[in-house]
Amino acid sequence: MQLTLEFGGGLELLCQSVKIHNVDVVLQAGETKLTMRVLLSWIRTNVIKERPEMFMKGDSVRPGVLVLVNDCDWELSGQLDTTLEEKDVVVFISTLHGG
Amino acid sequence: MESNGGEASRLLREIDTLKAAKSDIEHRISILQSQLGEIVDKEETLSSSCSPVPINDSGVRNGLSPEMIYRYSRHLLLPSFGVQGQSKLLKSSILVVGAGGLGSPALLYLSACGIGRLGIVDHDIVELNNLHQQSKASMNRIDLIIQSDKLISGLNYGFDALIIHTEAYISQSKVTSAAAACRAINSTVQIVEHKEALRTSNALEIMNEYDIVVDATDNLPSRYMISDCCVVLGKPLVSGAALGLEGQLTVYNHNGGPCYRCLFPTPPPTSACQRCSDSGVLGVVPGVIGCLQALEAIKIASAAGEPLSGRMLLFDALSARIRVVKLRGRSLQCEACGENAAFTKQLFREFDYEKFTESPLSASPLKLNLLPRSARISSKEYKEKVVNGEAHVLVDVRPEHHFKIVSLPKSLNIPLSSLEGKLLEISSALKGEEQRSGLVSGSGASLYVVCRRGNDSQRAVQYLHKMGLTSAQDVIGGLESWAHDVDPNFPTY
Repeated sequence: MQLTLEFGGGLELLCQSVKIHNVDVVLQAGETKLTMRVLLSWIRTNVIKERPEMFMKGDSVRPGVLVLVNDCDWELSGQLDTTLEEKDVVVFISTLHGG
Repeated sequence: MESNGGEASRLLREIDTLKAAKSDIEHRISILQSQLGEIVDKEETLSSSCSPVPINDSGVRNGLSPEMIYRYSRHLLLPSFGVQGQSKLLKSSILVVGAGGLGSPALLYLSACGIGRLGIVDHDIVELNNLHQQSKASMNRIDLIIQSDKLISGLNYGFDALIIHTEAYISQSKVTSAAAACRAINSTVQIVEHKEALRTSNALEIMNEYDIVVDATDNLPSRYMISDCCVVLGKPLVSGAALGLEGQLTVYNHNGGPCYRCLFPTPPPTSACQRCSDSGVLGVVPGVIGCLQALEAIKIASAAGEPLSGRMLLFDALSARIRVVKLRGRSLQCEACGENAAFTKQLFREFDYEKFTESPLSASPLKLNLLPRSARISSKEYKEKVVNGEAHVLVDVRPEHHFKIVSLPKSLNIPLSSLEGKLLEISSALKGEEQRSGLVSGSGASLYVVCRRGNDSQRAVQYLHKMGLTSAQDVIGGLESWAHDVDPNFPTY
């Protein structure tokens, strides 16, 4: 499944400072749909290059990270249970506090 | 010839006849014109006597004085803003918390646009190294003079100043400096100075005096505290943040939208909280976000347009991209604003935000103490070693771009993040130093570790000890201490 992943607010530092990743996620045998839960674990294995604890906590993202599926807060689409579709854009933004 | 002469006189007579006719027509035209003029004049007199509007009355009618009409004319000319919007602005009050990179541009625009009362909270002092961010100090001095001429020739709003803290205010309170700049831009706005840090002990009293709060602070506990206080008092919160080359903006606790806690019920780990003084920031980025905060505050105050509530604006300066995303609504489970939330004024006063977020309310640098004194050396002691020519290797564990700003002579740059793979490099540097100074291998050269402030150097020494380099010592307080205690000419950043 072709997806666009974007990392911002400093999270790009965990994947070699690359903000936009066009990826192709292959579903495991027996899986019929791709959920955010599965995608997160896929990202942790395939995209995150350092300090994975700065990206994830348990099976979700760490506190302070906003997840947006097609520019909408993933709270509105079912969080970890959100089902992804072809060409979806998933954005991970670390909240900023500076000023 | 005679026949020719007869023909000429005939033509002359005809010309005279036509000239006479022309003169007659012109005379008749002028009579008709004057008659028409009299009719128009009469009609005008009639119509004006039907609805007499004394000029002095027009100002009173919409509550705007002639000076206000002239100063805010650009706002009044906007059909969607107009007199109604401006009148609301003039009656509103806004509190800006933080007079730094975000607060400075926000304050300038809010004072220029004619907010009735503008409060400024900050406990900080103006320093030279944050001037470029809060202003374009020396760079724009000429622009200011040119723009000032516009002001002198007329008090028309449109002064696009970016300066708030000037060199003249170095070492003075940021609130004093910002208030002076705001008054200079618009003396008709009431500026209230709060020269104190916002705490749970004073936040309710201060924020209660204003309609809208602008969060222009630089740290996590302040953001939770200000949001909670707005929930308790029922005030809309315009929240902005900037770091590096990115900015974020949203409006909390407004129109059924979420509060800060709805979005971030659990604080992030402290390691995820970067500060501008560590990670850097391009001055114009908080400038952009601060201006947008002023805009959102103006929209709420004047009830114009759609506030950025339930949405968040994400600004990426490097790729020149702005995206606005949809956020969740108010969370029913939110501890501050949810259905069963019992977050009272009393609870707010007693809440420990520093403990909750595990970070300090003021963005003061962290001071770690990980090592015993025997594993540490002061900057003065290190200087003695250098003067005495002691054989040693100095490893500077700052990131490479820090090292490029300034470094101590002969120091070896191995950033903390890559220390793991560079142990051999350190060992061979020690061997080289021992050979150079004629010491027996393994018996002599000391290993010192330095960084900017003396935190990462301790982490590095801990790691080196674990890896067998047990003689490693860190320079207490890092290069800042070197500049402070040994070499006052050594640049700090």
